[in-house]
Amino acid sequence: MIQNNRLSEAEYAANFSDIHPPFETRDAALVDANRCLYCYDAPCTKSCPTGIDVPKFIKQIVTGNLKGSAHTIFESNIMGGGCSRVCPVEKLCEGACVYNLMEERPIPIARLQRYPTEKAIREKWPLFERQVPLGKRVAIVGAGPSGLSAAHVLARAGVEVTIFEKEPKGGGLLTYGIAAYKVTPEFCADELEYILSIGGITVQYEQELGRNLTLKQLQSQYDAVYLAFGVGLARHLDIPGENLEGVIDALKFIYSIRADGYPAVPVGDKVAVIGMGMTAIDAATQARRLGAKEVTLVYRRTQAEMPCTEAELDIAKADGCRIVWLAAPKLVIGDNGKVVALICSEMELGEPDASGRRSPVDTGRTITLDVDMVIKAAGQIPFESLVEAEGLEHKNGRVAATTNIPGVFAGGDNVNGGKEVVDAVQAGKEAAAAILKFVNHG
Amino acid sequence: MANLQTDFLGIKSPNPFWLASAPPTDKQVNVIRAFEAGWGGVVWKTLGSQIKNVSSRYSAVDYHGSRVMGLNNIELISDRPLDINLREIRECIRLFPDRAMIVSLMADNDRNSWHELIKKVQDTGAHGIELNFGCPHGMTERGMGAAVGQDPDIARMVVEWVMEAATIPVITKLTPNVHSVVPTGRASVEAGTNALSLINTIQSVTGVDLDTFIPNPNVGGKSTFGGYCGPAVKPIALKMLTTIAQDPVTSKVPVSGIGGISTWRDAAEFMLLGSTTLQVCTAVMKHGFRIIDDLCEGLGNWMDEKGFGVITDFIGRSVPTLTHWEELDLNYHIVARIDPDKCIHCGLCYIACEDASHQSIRLTQGQPYNEYTIKEEECVGCNLCKLVCPVDSCITMVEQRVGPEYLNWKEFQRRGLPLNDH
Repeated sequence: MIQNNRLSEAEYAANFSDIHPPFETRDAALVDANRCLYCYDAPCTKSCPTGIDVPKFIKQIVTGNLKGSAHTIFESNIMGGGCSRVCPVEKLCEGACVYNLMEERPIPIARLQRYPTEKAIREKWPLFERQVPLGKRVAIVGAGPSGLSAAHVLARAGVEVTIFEKEPKGGGLLTYGIAAYKVTPEFCADELEYILSIGGITVQYEQELGRNLTLKQLQSQYDAVYLAFGVGLARHLDIPGENLEGVIDALKFIYSIRADGYPAVPVGDKVAVIGMGMTAIDAATQARRLGAKEVTLVYRRTQAEMPCTEAELDIAKADGCRIVWLAAPKLVIGDNGKVVALICSEMELGEPDASGRRSPVDTGRTITLDVDMVIKAAGQIPFESLVEAEGLEHKNGRVAATTNIPGVFAGGDNVNGGKEVVDAVQAGKEAAAAILKFVNHG
Repeated sequence: MANLQTDFLGIKSPNPFWLASAPPTDKQVNVIRAFEAGWGGVVWKTLGSQIKNVSSRYSAVDYHGSRVMGLNNIELISDRPLDINLREIRECIRLFPDRAMIVSLMADNDRNSWHELIKKVQDTGAHGIELNFGCPHGMTERGMGAAVGQDPDIARMVVEWVMEAATIPVITKLTPNVHSVVPTGRASVEAGTNALSLINTIQSVTGVDLDTFIPNPNVGGKSTFGGYCGPAVKPIALKMLTTIAQDPVTSKVPVSGIGGISTWRDAAEFMLLGSTTLQVCTAVMKHGFRIIDDLCEGLGNWMDEKGFGVITDFIGRSVPTLTHWEELDLNYHIVARIDPDKCIHCGLCYIACEDASHQSIRLTQGQPYNEYTIKEEECVGCNLCKLVCPVDSCITMVEQRVGPEYLNWKEFQRRGLPLNDH
């Protein structure tokens, strides 16, 4: 049965508390900070999409220059606090740490990064100053990581920035699309406030391109426009029964956890989650944490091909989620319009596909999962009709960083199709550089 | 296992590890615990004039996450009544007759005071006396401690007074707060001291508190120069020890080595440069008496590996290999080699060589791992890359002689050979 309000207030609080506790004391941070070798042209930095000078900020923790450390991080990545919580670091900085080559535990870079950034945000350190006003105005669509990153760089350079955000809160994916135990709602609010504290950035909430805004309007009122509205439409499974009551897309599920509060969100007794990306994991673990008795992750390939990291998989396992590999959803069975079972085709791995991963092939056998809720996390697709309507050239809904319209730039998920938060932050920096060049020189 | 039995001027101890004159040796309760733990001997904390101590007394230098790389103190000699000290010394000797009991002394600066003090100490049955000519703070202002050790003539005079009364071996402890320890060492030997010990602590300021602006250690808003010891001073001690071991006068007497000895490795190094016994303090102040187990076991295992049966097999063995710069072979040349299988691509060798040495390492960009290789024709064989490399044996120095024969600077000049190409 699908129902909300399954747990006590204390249980919700415990289930959604911060999963990566920060270092409690300076001494604790120093144990790991002192292990850092201070590599030159460091592999960790080279593996960070925003190029944070990791050895430098760690060295600054060691010397007790925490303001300098926070500045080093934020200079490259104004969302360095949020990224320290959500980055798949084993694929990025920590995965490249040279200690891995010594078969030793890598430096816990994310946890160390959290130490000065959290202090900076909590104590509201004014680490950046705005340049003299340029007399230029830039509109940004979307207050997610990419939009905020661009806004901060532009504001520092003396530009007046207005961000138009369709939701009632800023932060984008961090605020609405990631498990609450990774980035708490309080942190998202504090981080946003810290970014905006530089000044020169106004956010107008509940303003949505294509609904109550047009690109033409923005173009007429601003010197340049940055489109950073991300992706957001859930990919359909295109299987029978997909419209039954009890089938929900993971993005909506996670959104309602973030937007409506934990007790308000209904969850089934037995839940199947389709997919094995970060969003699938976040949906599955949070379904468990909302009180679902059984959660099963269903993936059509094997662990070797899964898009999520080992660390994410471990969280799902630790939360008691079951995983069925090589199972592709075939049919959702309903009773009185409500989900009662999910039937999957058993797959086996065949030849490599375009992504280089071995593609799953149907064996003809099926398995049946008795479930009352199905959460779809099979990927996101771009806002194709929106960009089409606004006259933007695109490729399956994805636009170019420099669009076909002069003075209109784009970046983040709506350009790359959906990557990490840290990639969006970098896209925002690059867009800001292009915009500054454009507004200064035309 | 190798035999660690030690005979220092007839003073026997089951191993060469003595506790230096310091807080760990200032009373019976500590010394008994030390002997129970297995220490070979103690040098009882300096007895002498009545003094008064301050609070606080220590400050330290930490380095890269490691506490107490160096320790500084402004504590004076024993502040306990002489009678209690003498009674406890006698009791410790009775309870542990196989251990060495040396008593450190610093009398007022006159002949009678020294004679009286020596007689009282000899009455306890102590095996030897160590003369504290090194205390760098508090006592110098009263003409004692380093004030004696810094002036060879005064040191000679005091040693002569001591030798008039001494019936047990006398060890003179040298201060490092001089341009060379040799003059005072010579004067002491010529005046009859039976042995030397070195080094005492080095005058220092360990740091300044960046909030209060008061240097460490803080005594009610003021500080004073303290004596520095611990691992940080070991290289200085080894150098001074070597000068004593190489001097024709001072090398005639045995030496008890002191200065940052924390491990059996340090001990072996001090012995190779001429120490017969080793005195330890800071390592015990940090970790307690229990470190004696590894000091003995480690030294014994190393001696077994090297085929040394007794400690006299290797004491002083490295002394002749320390020579003057102009005796070094200019034809000896080494170049660095990086083992690509061991390299972890940290780039530390590269940046050290590039910014601070001879730009002899080639960087080939990679994502995310760069490759680093040696430009052999540029490498001067300085060792810097090998020293900063975090991986053991990843960088080795390979011999590539410039010429077959030994060629020192004097001969090089005599032949009028050309200087380096640049």
